[in-house]
Amino acid sequence: MDDLYNDLIMEHSMNSPYKKDLKCCNMCAMGHNPNCGDELKLEIKLSDDKKIIEDMAFSGHGCAISQASASIMIETLIGKTVEEAKEIIKTYIAMIKREITDENQLKMIEDAIAFKNISNMPARVKCALLAWHTLEDMLEESKK
Amino acid sequence: MLSDEIIKDFPVIMHNDIAYLDSAATSQKPQSVIDVEKEYYETINSNPHRGAYSLSIEATKAYEEAREKVAKFINAENPFQIIFSKNATESLNLIAYSYGLTNVEQDDEIVLSIMEHHSNLVPWQFVAKSKNAKLNYMYINENFELSDEEIEKKITSKTKIVGITYVSNVTGTVNDVKKIIRIAHSKGAVVVLDASQAISHIKVDVQNLDADFVVFSGHKMYAPMGVGILYGKKNLLEKMNPFLMGGDMIEYVYEQDTTFAKLPSKFEAGTQNVGAVIGLSKAIDYIESIGYDKIQEIEHELIDYAMIELKKLDFIELYITPNLENHSGVISFNIKKIHPHDVASILDSNGVCVRSGNHCAQPLMRFLNIDSTCRISFAIYNTKSDIDRLVEALKKTYDKFKQYIK
Repeated sequence: MDDLYNDLIMEHSMNSPYKKDLKCCNMCAMGHNPNCGDELKLEIKLSDDKKIIEDMAFSGHGCAISQASASIMIETLIGKTVEEAKEIIKTYIAMIKREITDENQLKMIEDAIAFKNISNMPARVKCALLAWHTLEDMLEESKK
Repeated sequence: MLSDEIIKDFPVIMHNDIAYLDSAATSQKPQSVIDVEKEYYETINSNPHRGAYSLSIEATKAYEEAREKVAKFINAENPFQIIFSKNATESLNLIAYSYGLTNVEQDDEIVLSIMEHHSNLVPWQFVAKSKNAKLNYMYINENFELSDEEIEKKITSKTKIVGITYVSNVTGTVNDVKKIIRIAHSKGAVVVLDASQAISHIKVDVQNLDADFVVFSGHKMYAPMGVGILYGKKNLLEKMNPFLMGGDMIEYVYEQDTTFAKLPSKFEAGTQNVGAVIGLSKAIDYIESIGYDKIQEIEHELIDYAMIELKKLDFIELYITPNLENHSGVISFNIKKIHPHDVASILDSNGVCVRSGNHCAQPLMRFLNIDSTCRISFAIYNTKSDIDRLVEALKKTYDKFKQYIK
C-alpha cells in the first residue's frame, strides 16, 4: 500500500501539470467509471500528419489512482508516435492484468511502472485503467 | 455491554483482525445461522411442496415454519402474506411489475424520496416511462430529513404509489414512515416501504404502520445471502398478477392456459433458496434473543461515540442529521480533498472495512452535490475499539495526503 501511494503518484494526482484544458486539440473524449462516479476528459493534439502526439491534457474528477494514472500516462506519451503510444498502452494494460511482469519489457512504459502493484488491489484496477482505456478507444476511433 | 459475548457468535469477526464497519452492505452471520443452513443440507435437504416422501415433507415444514416466523416477526396478519424472493431488489421488482404496471396510468404520479436506493428507484422509473406517468421526488432539507411540508406538497391526489425507505443507507435518516403512509393513504396512494436498512435495527410492525408493501433482504439482518422478503396487504397481493412464471406457482396447466396457485405460492416460482430461508428463521431467533431494545442500546452508544470522535477530526465532513433520535446505523463522511476510494484503500490496509462510492444512490449524491462518500455502518458485534481503530486510520490517511494538498 505504501509503495502505491508514493511521492510520484501523489504528486501527479494532487498537482498534475497536465490537468488543464488544451487551447486547441483534434480529439476529445470522456471516460467514466459508473461504479465509483469517476469522470475523465482527455484531449489530444496530434501533429498535422496525425502521426505524433504533440500535446495531451486531462480534466475531471476521481481518486488519486485514476488522476495519477491519467497524468503519468500523458507524461509518458507526449512526443510519442501514435503507433508507439498504442504499443505502450497495450503493455501497460498487460502489466495491470499481470500478463507481462518482465521488467525489461516494461521499460517502454517509463514512470507508469509505478502502478505495477495495483494488481494486488483488485478493487482499484479499474481506477488505474480508466485513462488508458479511454485513450485506447480514442486512438482506435481516430483510424476510422 | 455484553459485546464480548456477542462477538463470539460471529466467526468472521472472531477470526479476522479487522474492524468490520460495512454491515449496511451485508451483516456478518452468527454461528447458529451458519450451522442451521449446513444442517439443513446435511439432514433434510429435498424439494419442498413436491415429494410425497417424509424428507420432502420435513423440508416443506421447515420452509413454512420460517414463513410463519417472519410473519410473527413483522406482525403480519397471515403467513401467506409473506413472499420469499431472492433479495429486496427482487421483491421491489415484483411490486413494480405486478402492481405498478397494472395500477399506474398515464399522468398518474409516483412519488419517491431522493434517498431511495437504486433498487426502489429504477423499477419505478421503468413503470413511469412505460405508463407515461410522472416520477416526482421528495427532497431532504439541510438536516438530511424530509420535512412535513415537502411530504404534503409532493404526495397529491394524483399519486398512485409512494416509494420510501425506512432508513437511508447513505445518511442514516430514519423517516417518519408511519406519517408518510397516513398521508399517502389519505390521498389514495399505496406505499412501498423499503425496510432493508431498518430491519436489523428497528422493530418493523406492518400492522401498526398500516404498510401496504414492505420489503427487506435477509443478508442485512444476520441471515444468509439469497433470501428476500415481500410483505403485502392481502387484498393487494390477491389482485396482483404473478411476476415470475413456472413450477410451483400454478394450479392447472393446459396447452394454452394456466390457472395460478393461491398466495403465497403464486409469487414463488421455481425452487426457492430453502437453506437461506431456514437460516433467516434462525437469524430472527438470534435478533429476538438479544431484543431490539438491547440492539438499539448497543448501536446508539456506538453512534454517539463515533460522532464524538469523528467531530474531533477537523478534516472530516459529515453527512448526518443533527437529530440523532431520527438516525440509525450508518454514518457517511468525506475527508476534505481526498477521494473516498483512496480513503477506503488506506483504511483497508489498516484493517478497517468501510464502503466508499455512491452507495447505489446516485440521485442523492447529485442532490447533495458530491460524487461519493465513505460510509461506516454498525451492527451489534461492533465495539468502541472498532471506532478507535477507524479514527487512528483516518488520521494516518490524512497525514499521508495533507503534504500534497495545495
